[in-house]
Amino acid sequence: MKDVLGIINLHENEELLREITRLRPLAAVPFGGRYRIIDFILSNMVNSGISNVGIVVKQQYRSLMDHLRSGKEWDLARKRDGLFILPPPDHVHYANSIYKGDLEHLHNQLDFLNRSSQQYVLIASSHILYNMDFGEAFQFHLDKEADITVLYKDEPVSPENRFSLATVVAVNSDGRVTDMGIKTGRIHGGKIGLEAFIMSKKLLLQITEDCVSRGEFDLAKEGIIKNLSRYKVYGFGFKGYMAKINSIQAYYQANMDLLNPGIWYELFNKSGPIYTKVKDEAAANYREDAAVSNSMVANGCVIEGQVVNSIVFRGVRVHRGAVIKNCIIMQNSEIGNNAVLENVICDKDVKITADKRLISDKNYIMVIEKGMVV
Amino acid sequence: MRVKECVAMILAGGQGSRLGVLTNTLAKPAVFFGGKYRLIDFSLSNCYNSGFDTVGVLTQYQPLELHSYIGIGSPWDLDRRTGGVFILPPFVQATGGEWYKGTANSIYQNAGFIDQYFPEYVLVLSGDHIYKMDYSLMLKFHKETQADATIAVVEVPWKEASRFGIMDTSPDGRIVEFAEKPANPKNNLASMGVYIFSWEILKSYLDSDDKNAASSHDFGKNVIPAMLNDGRKMMAYAFDGYWKDVGTIESLWEANMDLLSDKPQLDLYNKQEKVYSVNPTSPPQLIAASGKVKCSLISVGCLIFGEVENSVLFSGIQIGPGAVVKNSVIMPRAKIGAGVHIEKAIIGPRAVIEDGCRVGCDKSQADDEDKITVIGQQVLVSAGTIVPNGAVVDQPIMPLSRFTEGGAE
Repeated sequence: MKDVLGIINLHENEELLREITRLRPLAAVPFGGRYRIIDFILSNMVNSGISNVGIVVKQQYRSLMDHLRSGKEWDLARKRDGLFILPPPDHVHYANSIYKGDLEHLHNQLDFLNRSSQQYVLIASSHILYNMDFGEAFQFHLDKEADITVLYKDEPVSPENRFSLATVVAVNSDGRVTDMGIKTGRIHGGKIGLEAFIMSKKLLLQITEDCVSRGEFDLAKEGIIKNLSRYKVYGFGFKGYMAKINSIQAYYQANMDLLNPGIWYELFNKSGPIYTKVKDEAAANYREDAAVSNSMVANGCVIEGQVVNSIVFRGVRVHRGAVIKNCIIMQNSEIGNNAVLENVICDKDVKITADKRLISDKNYIMVIEKGMVV
Repeated sequence: MRVKECVAMILAGGQGSRLGVLTNTLAKPAVFFGGKYRLIDFSLSNCYNSGFDTVGVLTQYQPLELHSYIGIGSPWDLDRRTGGVFILPPFVQATGGEWYKGTANSIYQNAGFIDQYFPEYVLVLSGDHIYKMDYSLMLKFHKETQADATIAVVEVPWKEASRFGIMDTSPDGRIVEFAEKPANPKNNLASMGVYIFSWEILKSYLDSDDKNAASSHDFGKNVIPAMLNDGRKMMAYAFDGYWKDVGTIESLWEANMDLLSDKPQLDLYNKQEKVYSVNPTSPPQLIAASGKVKCSLISVGCLIFGEVENSVLFSGIQIGPGAVVKNSVIMPRAKIGAGVHIEKAIIGPRAVIEDGCRVGCDKSQADDEDKITVIGQQVLVSAGTIVPNGAVVDQPIMPLSRFTEGGAE
């Protein structure tokens, strides 16, 4: 995989996550007790042996840069190659500028692409979480002599599975992609694209040039889907756990999935560990009156109350008598004495004062925005 | 010019022989403590939090694990352009070269390292004590009192005073007498093993100490008394926080249990002055639906299906369904099987206790009630084994073999 350049494409749809992406890109949304969304794709790339990664950032990326810094935690602070943040073109910052698409942005970063020594590119979104060694998919790409390999996961069709704005692919018996589309509504299963593509760098440059010169700016729709007959596009099926985070409901469900020890183990360990920025928090401290069950708790927490079916991030304090049920409590939040929370997401630094009762329905998760005092 | 006002030297070569199986293959400063730390994290973090960025770590006994743990010092922000952390093992010289003969001798042999930075002062620390202290305040005190040496002291209970180096001081804080482990202590101010010396003066004493064949080349036994004899100005700097030297299995266990009290004296949750350590890459701990946790510290990567009470669990530990762990310390990546019962024990790193074992729950002799049971590093205790109170196990035990104390040593 040394010959593969990783590109993380943060041109992602954040519309259905507004409450938690108002101040940060989707890639920087906290997830799973101590991570940010981007940790998963970034760690997968590093664990697969990719050592040169460019991140195509869209907007409000201060918190993302704060998280990634030099890339040291992912072993990407390197002399040769390493981690590169690829900011958007200047005019994106001007008022009235129209957002066109990811290819316009990529077209602005041709220097980075040209300068990298790798022959192949893995270009992937951050918001689909899985733990995968890309080596097998890359070998598949080489064996099939494909122009483009599309990664997908075959999800069983079931009413509980809900995917919105999913890429759906159809493949023939040889693995060749015969059809591909991005659904506008909700679907319940099928071959869901991981929004990750392997191709040669040369082809990516050509697609970029072809599209931009014709006023097209969407890599998936205009660069790949429109060209299914022109290029040899193959599909590689991934077998493990996958979560697509593009709505509050999906974000909530993917967090809750981690309470299943099998998924917990698979997503965090299967092909390699998931790296993240360390905070040097002490071990979680469960006090005398703590009652914790079916929950994931990060270091630095002090738990004196009751925590059930919940995800508790680093440095959270749950005071005496407080009850947290079916909740996600992000880092450094504080839950006061005897407060009761059910089906609630507390963003970072939220303070729930004593005796408050915030009870929502499990079909409508209440989100308390960053830094709020309730 | 790379001038540093003060260079810190951490003595980390000790074996900690009274910790028995826990230090078979590692030096005492590398012993695990408090759910995620090794003992040396405290002195290294204190250096960082006090603004000391040039630190020598003197190693000798079983240094591999300690060396690889410290690395280039990045977890303590000690990977620096000038200064940073330096590991200083004994070395061979053009003529001779030898092991460190004592604490003072180890500093003497590394005078060249210290001289590189032209420091005015040298801070000498032990790498195996648990405490949080701002050394910069002590240095300020040292300068203000224009002392030749300043020794940090802490009040210890009178009945324990004979275990420590005890200072007798005049009302202005000047040390008039120093007694190493006195039978009848005159005072209860114990030396914390934290010294600041004016370097030029210390150097001359180290020089003459080296020439003295009768000396055991120890700070407490030789150098400090020699300086006192000469009437040097030696000040006691009183420290009033938590300080512990965990020399024995009992005190290591106790220090861990200290963290579980309602308001522990040692505050590990202060965000302004954290204790830094190498962080394992592990997901948050998962307390399963069947798990129960109370009065405990638990670290990343643990998977808890059983019951944990009044215990300290390091990272990556599995506690099987139906298992009960009480009043115990479990070190990284140990696996505790289903239905295992553990009480008042220290379980070493990567030890495996298979299903149905009982550890430390059964008396083999009447007076074993309060003894701590110890399972060494990577020991396999086969399913159904009963390990009685106070036993120390450092090799695999076969199933059903009734273990008697000392038998497996």
